[in-house]
Amino acid sequence: MYAEGQRKSFGFIYVVRSIKFKYLCTPINKLKNTFMTSYETVFILTPVLSEDQAKEAVKKYESEIKSFGAKIKHSESWGLKKLAYPIQKKSTGFYFLFEFEATNTTVADFEVLLKRDERILRFLTVKMNEDHIEYAESRRKKNSGKAAPAEA
Amino acid sequence: MSNDIRYLTPINIDIKKEKYCRFKKSGIKFIDYKDPDFLLKLLNEQGKILPRRITGTSAKYQSRVNKAIKRARHLAILPYVGDMLK
Repeated sequence: MYAEGQRKSFGFIYVVRSIKFKYLCTPINKLKNTFMTSYETVFILTPVLSEDQAKEAVKKYESEIKSFGAKIKHSESWGLKKLAYPIQKKSTGFYFLFEFEATNTTVADFEVLLKRDERILRFLTVKMNEDHIEYAESRRKKNSGKAAPAEA
Repeated sequence: MSNDIRYLTPINIDIKKEKYCRFKKSGIKFIDYKDPDFLLKLLNEQGKILPRRITGTSAKYQSRVNKAIKRARHLAILPYVGDMLK
């Protein structure tokens, strides 16, 4: 009996040690905002807008994300693309991609903004795991390599 | 003369190609939902997801493929119902 209890307590100590001491000392409601997670959002703007208007809207969202206390790692525009099926009777749309680091509460706030906006046809936010982050970096390198000779 | 049917080339009946998981073989860890050209390989002409018994994908990666395709459909990168996709 005694031996069993000892083993359990040993296991408990082991778990505690693996968590950083810093996080153990802070209260839970503060802890929520210390972990930053990477997210990726793709959204489609209506083709009714002109390109300048679309860019303006994107800039607005970028600043909005920053105001939530998130870091934007990468933003990308795919331009006017054809949709695979009509959405709200529109067959094209401006695609935009954001990669950002944020806490768990910001995504919900950001998605509410996107939902309220009539100019946005669709959006999708994805939490990025390690493989995804690695892939995104390699993709960015590839794209920048492609874009450079096209400009020159 | 015999009644046997003769073929010019011997017919091979029992040759089965070994299926393999393309993701395990080439070391792809993440399947991108933003890349329709790649995902098209895993769909049939109507835009349905091909089963594992045909593509040979392992269970782990098939579930990732499914997720990627469903995300792409939501974003209108791939169609839900298609015709003559290939």
